[in-house]
Amino acid sequence: MAMKKPKLAVWKFSSCDGCQLSLLDCEDELLAVADSVEIAYFLEATRAQVKGPYDISLVEGSITTADEEKRIHKVRKQSKMLITIGACATAGGIQALKNFADVDDFIRAVYAHPEYIETLKKSTAIADHVPVDLELRGCPINKHQLLEVLGATLAGRKPNVPDHSQCIECKLAGTVCVMVAKGQACLGPVTQAGCGNVCPACDRGCYGCFGPKEMPNTHALAEKLAELGLDTKQRRDLFRTFNAAAAPFAKESLNHD
Amino acid sequence: MTKTSSRIIKVDTLSRVEGEGALDLHIKGGQIKDLKFRIFEPPRFFEALLRGRDFSEAPDITSRICGICPIAYLLGASQAMEDALGVTVTGPLRDLRRLIYCGEWIESHVLHAAMLHAPDFLGLDDALQIAKANPELVKKALKLKKLGNDILEVVGGRAVHPVNLKVGGFYKVPSKARVRELIEPLKWAIETSRELALAFGGFEFPDFEYDYTCVSLKHADEYAIQDGRIVSNRGLDIAVQEFPDHFLEEHVAHSNALHGMTKDGAAYLVGPLARYNNNFDQLSKFAKATAKEAGLGKTCANPFQSIVVRMIETLYACEEALRIAQSYEEPDASCVKLTVRAGTGHGCTEAPRGICYHRYRIDADGLIEQATITPPTAQNQKQIELDLRGVVERNMKLGDEKLKWRCEQTIRNYDPCISCATHFLRLNIKRD
Repeated sequence: MAMKKPKLAVWKFSSCDGCQLSLLDCEDELLAVADSVEIAYFLEATRAQVKGPYDISLVEGSITTADEEKRIHKVRKQSKMLITIGACATAGGIQALKNFADVDDFIRAVYAHPEYIETLKKSTAIADHVPVDLELRGCPINKHQLLEVLGATLAGRKPNVPDHSQCIECKLAGTVCVMVAKGQACLGPVTQAGCGNVCPACDRGCYGCFGPKEMPNTHALAEKLAELGLDTKQRRDLFRTFNAAAAPFAKESLNHD
Repeated sequence: MTKTSSRIIKVDTLSRVEGEGALDLHIKGGQIKDLKFRIFEPPRFFEALLRGRDFSEAPDITSRICGICPIAYLLGASQAMEDALGVTVTGPLRDLRRLIYCGEWIESHVLHAAMLHAPDFLGLDDALQIAKANPELVKKALKLKKLGNDILEVVGGRAVHPVNLKVGGFYKVPSKARVRELIEPLKWAIETSRELALAFGGFEFPDFEYDYTCVSLKHADEYAIQDGRIVSNRGLDIAVQEFPDHFLEEHVAHSNALHGMTKDGAAYLVGPLARYNNNFDQLSKFAKATAKEAGLGKTCANPFQSIVVRMIETLYACEEALRIAQSYEEPDASCVKLTVRAGTGHGCTEAPRGICYHRYRIDADGLIEQATITPPTAQNQKQIELDLRGVVERNMKLGDEKLKWRCEQTIRNYDPCISCATHFLRLNIKRD
């Protein structure tokens, strides 16, 4: 009698689909993943829909509508383990920029008939609504981290996903520090590792797409950014992108508002 | 099923597309009473959240509209800003932009054709079921898609949301060695694209044709990808800057995506079929020959055959990428110099799904005052509804389940990127 495969579901809320795509981008491993789990619900990939409960639910996207607010509770009820993937799900995403503005003004800016549009005043992380078992950071997530998390979960061990800063990643990769060597603005010291230090490797400062590391000293970094010549607005906007609503970044950005 | 009975068919969540959409269909006495293709992807207000941000941030921020085709946004926004600042990116940097766009076409087209669209023609739920029947074909498709992602990584630093593109060019030019490493895999990819094009050309295509108004870019010297003039098969030939004078968007109650249309309210088609019909002559000899072998003419009016056109475009993109990689030398500068000034700029590129138009107005400090983005799926919405109407009329005899699937397939012909369109299917069929 063969072991029953764990059921995997992939759910989408407000997002760009880039994190779900990261799973389809595991080209070399996709068929192996598909062999080890039963893909029970993954609309972007299949018409087949298997009823819950699900052993693992991957949740992409943030909560921006009343309907999504209801739906996430249904997903939570049907999921043994709920893993949020990407900056939208873990921090509200780029659309959380509306949290700092007047949402009615936003609607009028884009839509001729505001009355057709239903949206909440804020874009919020999944963990603001339901308990989350594991968060996978990034805009987008790193597919290798996703495979690590899936593999570890299937094996019943803790996944190895570091929470140290981006700087450590640069050192490990031997990437020259763009802030020290070139005076470029970089969020690396306060940003969680995981992307594979893609920006500094392109001679570009980190823009914080993996969100705040544990206990980040954003204040000290802001002072350094000022020394490098960034004005108040530039400092504010650097903290206010894909993880704008993550608490340490949100708080620091307000210091420069 | 009698002719007088009422049918309501609902597709509540459309699968194998990017995003969330639904279709409501009400049939009464064998006639379509109501048909609505709804996009209920929640709005994310990109045009609003760009206001007050620095011009240099537009490429990275707008790329988050869509994880499948970020280059359409990275480049569209960059070129619009360059237009506003009065600079153009030419020579080797332009070649690099074309190279990375070829990567996006390969990755997006193969994902859609092999993984999301092909199962419809085989009566299967997904590509994993194809893998059980024909593992070699799926492995080849995955490898081909991966090559698209490799190009994105080599030139852009990352496959989803590349980080190396900016207004004026690149942060860092890729090394010659890494670009040259793409050469051998690309030679394999040209042959494999051909193999997939011929395999998909052998599918049975539903009998449906439409006299489309095809809108695409056209470039004097090449099959248009990253720039050109906007043309149609009805004689339109305008500069990108004139787009707003000829096209508009309407906000309709049943959809969160604005519906695109021509100034006189007509639907039009953008994407692979439109490009193929407008620019066939500029494809390579090998791509043209493969198209013929795969059962395509010089024009194609059957939207179901778009799966074959996508593979012809993939083949061409592999050839173009090979050509650029073979002649690549590292440019002296990674970007052109920019001087900030007030202005309005327009940019338009051929995303895998069709033209993606950007317009920005910036002030003297380079801050964005106004942003308008018109993605391809928003432009195709009206045409998708017309196709659905035609397909339903021809297939009234089908039972609800089969009709539902045929409707889904019709929508998937467009490879609709619903995240894009709102910045997607619930099918609801009602028969009286």
